[in-house]
Amino acid sequence: MNFSVNDSFLYAVTAVVILFVLAQSVFFLVRAVRRAKQLKISGVVIRRTVISTTLFTAAPALAILISVISLSGFLGLPFPWLRLSVLGALTYELPAATTTANAIGLNLSEYVANAQDFSAIAWVMTLGIIPGIILVLFGLKKIQKGVISLRSGDKKWGTIFMDSLFLGLISAFIGLVFADVTKGTAGWTPVAVAAVSALMMAICGILIKKCHITWLEQYALPLCMLAAMAASIPLANWMGMVG
Amino acid sequence: MKKETMYTESVHLYGRIWVALGIILLLSVPVAISVHYSAWPVWNYVLKGLLGVAPIYWTVGIIEVFTYSPMLGTGGTYLGFVTGNLSNLKVPAALNAMQAAGVKADSEEGEVISTIAIATSSIVTTLIIAVGVLLLGKLKPILESDLLKPCFAYITPALIGALGVVYVSKNWKIAIAPLVFMIVLFIIMPSLASSVGILVPVGVLLTMGVSRLLYKKNLL
Repeated sequence: MNFSVNDSFLYAVTAVVILFVLAQSVFFLVRAVRRAKQLKISGVVIRRTVISTTLFTAAPALAILISVISLSGFLGLPFPWLRLSVLGALTYELPAATTTANAIGLNLSEYVANAQDFSAIAWVMTLGIIPGIILVLFGLKKIQKGVISLRSGDKKWGTIFMDSLFLGLISAFIGLVFADVTKGTAGWTPVAVAAVSALMMAICGILIKKCHITWLEQYALPLCMLAAMAASIPLANWMGMVG
Repeated sequence: MKKETMYTESVHLYGRIWVALGIILLLSVPVAISVHYSAWPVWNYVLKGLLGVAPIYWTVGIIEVFTYSPMLGTGGTYLGFVTGNLSNLKVPAALNAMQAAGVKADSEEGEVISTIAIATSSIVTTLIIAVGVLLLGKLKPILESDLLKPCFAYITPALIGALGVVYVSKNWKIAIAPLVFMIVLFIIMPSLASSVGILVPVGVLLTMGVSRLLYKKNLL
């Protein structure tokens, strides 16, 4: 059978997976909104959560689209679209695809021409990411019980415990921002972008607390992120030139 | 049974059903490709490919469940782990939503707000990618233009700066040690940038250790 990485069959498979993801998301959204109403969380808070998350998601979603485009030169459009819509992230998908391609001896700058090679890549990209979700299926309840027992009995420690989780994540990503600083001025660009974002958030904090612009609370993160992304254009040009 | 417990139990039940279906569907994709094109892979290549990624990504995938599930809540975990893009999208979306709504992650209010944020983020991402693929001819030159390149290259710093200032300013005493450790570590070993997923649990364990120490000494 003739094979193409952009074959209509692959689009059909992708459509099924994407519809599944949408159906699951809508199912959880509807149930959570219903429960939020039972818990007397106001409609305004729910609406602002949805709008703020939509604004926040737009830029990273476009970055994921760029990842789809970057993989499409090798794997076609439908399969990267599928992989980056469910379970995956470029940080995993790219190494999985390239490691297998290298094992087979494929050229990464050309479409995969052989169905058997494509199938090998599809298997690796799928099997290489599956254990986490299997653990969620069979172990989430037990893990949550363990977490509850770690923080229960002492309310103050429970709060510190949760803050520590968030700060552990945030500290790793703040460290990442400094990874290139030894490469000269251009390497400081991510730090400068993060600083602009932090400064914007500090200003938003003052506007919320001192000027009582409470609606800003929901939109501060997406606004700061988009402003810092916009600032990255002149910053990258300027710091790149200096470097 | 209390209403709260009933809700959580039902989330576990439906969550498991959706995740089980998701796993079956995911595994069906390479099977369908192999069957449709009568092209089962050379398993030696699959094994070689897996040996290159599985030791790291299986470990990261398992650690992520322990690290992210307390942050995302029950519904958020069942949904977020199926839809993917956790550290760059779903986790910050949930943290931002809970922070802005003034609810705690370990409360039921936090559980539902986190789920609403993750579900919204999944739907918006799916739709943006779908529209983007349909309009690819027109969008590709714009998205890949030299002008916009820095915007997408610096999404993580643009996100973490704002998110970081909120959490660090609130908990600066417990934030100092992991921040200094991570910054020094990445400066000394920049190659770790590609393994940030592994360093998240390291950061979590370190922060917890510091917190526990400060807490025991009544410094928090």
